[in-house]
Amino acid sequence: MLEAFSQYFVELADNYPRWNFIFFYEPRQWARIVKGLQYTLMLSFACVILSVIIGVVGAWLQNSPSKWVRRCVQGYIQFFRNTPPFVQLLFFYFALGQFTPSVTGPDGWTEVPIISNVGWAIISLSFFAGAFNVEIFRSGIEAVPESTQEAASALGFSRFQTYVEVVLPLAFRVSLPALNNNLVNLVKTTTQAIGIAVPELLYQCVSIWNDYPSALYPTMLLLFVSFIVLVGILVMGMSRWERATRIPGYGG
Amino acid sequence: MKRSLLAITTALAASLLTTTAGYAAQCTNDTWNKVMERGKMVVGVKADYKPWGFRDSDGSIVGMEIDFAQAVADAMGVELETVAVQSSNRMQFLEQGKIDLMIATMSDRADRREIVGIVQPNYYTSGTNIMAPKALGFKNWEDLRGKPVCGKQGAFYNQVVTERYGVEVVAFTGNAEAKQALRDRKCVAWVYDDSSIGSDLSSGEFEDFEMPLASEDDNPWGLAVPLAEKDCVFGHFMSGITFNMHQSGKLIELESKWGIQPTKYLADKKAAYGDWLAAE
Repeated sequence: MLEAFSQYFVELADNYPRWNFIFFYEPRQWARIVKGLQYTLMLSFACVILSVIIGVVGAWLQNSPSKWVRRCVQGYIQFFRNTPPFVQLLFFYFALGQFTPSVTGPDGWTEVPIISNVGWAIISLSFFAGAFNVEIFRSGIEAVPESTQEAASALGFSRFQTYVEVVLPLAFRVSLPALNNNLVNLVKTTTQAIGIAVPELLYQCVSIWNDYPSALYPTMLLLFVSFIVLVGILVMGMSRWERATRIPGYGG
Repeated sequence: MKRSLLAITTALAASLLTTTAGYAAQCTNDTWNKVMERGKMVVGVKADYKPWGFRDSDGSIVGMEIDFAQAVADAMGVELETVAVQSSNRMQFLEQGKIDLMIATMSDRADRREIVGIVQPNYYTSGTNIMAPKALGFKNWEDLRGKPVCGKQGAFYNQVVTERYGVEVVAFTGNAEAKQALRDRKCVAWVYDDSSIGSDLSSGEFEDFEMPLASEDDNPWGLAVPLAEKDCVFGHFMSGITFNMHQSGKLIELESKWGIQPTKYLADKKAAYGDWLAAE
């Protein structure tokens, strides 16, 4: 069965030289795709989780009584929202990477930084998407009526408790559609990690079509299909969550 | 499921059939005519490959290949416009008509000839080597096994050294990033064309580095016209001008103008194509 599958693509490549689906019949190229997919999944997963955490914490700090905390959050948002993510990525890896501690490798020359290029990709992409998430959660928080928060504090809830137990659950529902959009964008932005040589899906695909120019169209097709599926799964999960947390009569 | 997948791919392939099989028919000389009509030729060159193609302090692209392109444009009596291309997109740029001609340090490989019209004779050559810190004292390619080596997306030898010597190539999109990563000690070497490494080393910016290995896979460079015009006016014209530049020694002249170490390749070509009357 699988034999026939790869045989078909061998023949297809013979008959149509621009449609060489090399990764469907050469195990080495297939291994590259699999490795790339693993990295893309890992990046997407880590960045989605981290950026949501940053968003939740940031939105809470935005209402902090301290003027300076509020200003710091505002500064963070302005910096990360108003600069291109690709530039941030290069800046983090090449500029900040200089100042992080590193371990000298066994050859006595190489310096293996504590934060690898994958690490920097996760950090910079999470902070980038996190800046948007803070604003997204703020819109949700502002939709929670003041009276609800006052009622909570009248019942003896602390500021933190009110945020975690009352405001956030309600705010989440309102924020979900906008959050959904931002996370979809984040998953697609992970391809920019190619700039610092993270071997994710785009990196592997570019390598394959460089090694085999005849595989250009098939690898691009594969890229599109992979991201459609990946984003599709994310969107499906998010809308399921949206439905599960719906309160009839509240926020649509 | 499988059958529908087959149907889809077959349909896709069939739709491309017209474009892939079309070129064999006859010469329409579209690109050549377009260039002559508008009086301007767009040439794809490197902008990060000193001194073949690089950015001058005022931002314009200069270098040996740009001079070559200028000579071509002059012979055709058209204006020259250069477009910076990357190793990983140069063939696509030519295919899609974003550039009319590509002179971009490209190694002439069999599979590339199926995509773009690489014309003979080749105009230069280079092999694969590494730039590594003197401190590490590499002697053989085998010394690199299992070690991280910075590379460049789009170089054909990334795969070659990976498979032959088990090198772990970490490929960046640009030369600058890859060399910065080497300086930052994120990899033990930078694998690239020996010609480019040679001129980097002689620039004095890489004092503590060397090119310690024997070059491998010496591979001539090819300039390319659109595949459909390889055996038409444009392709024949480019073959002719390249031949003449070898014979007249113009390429050797450019080599020394840009401070490139004289290569045996260009000297051999000049001798091989020598005018039999001039030799009398």
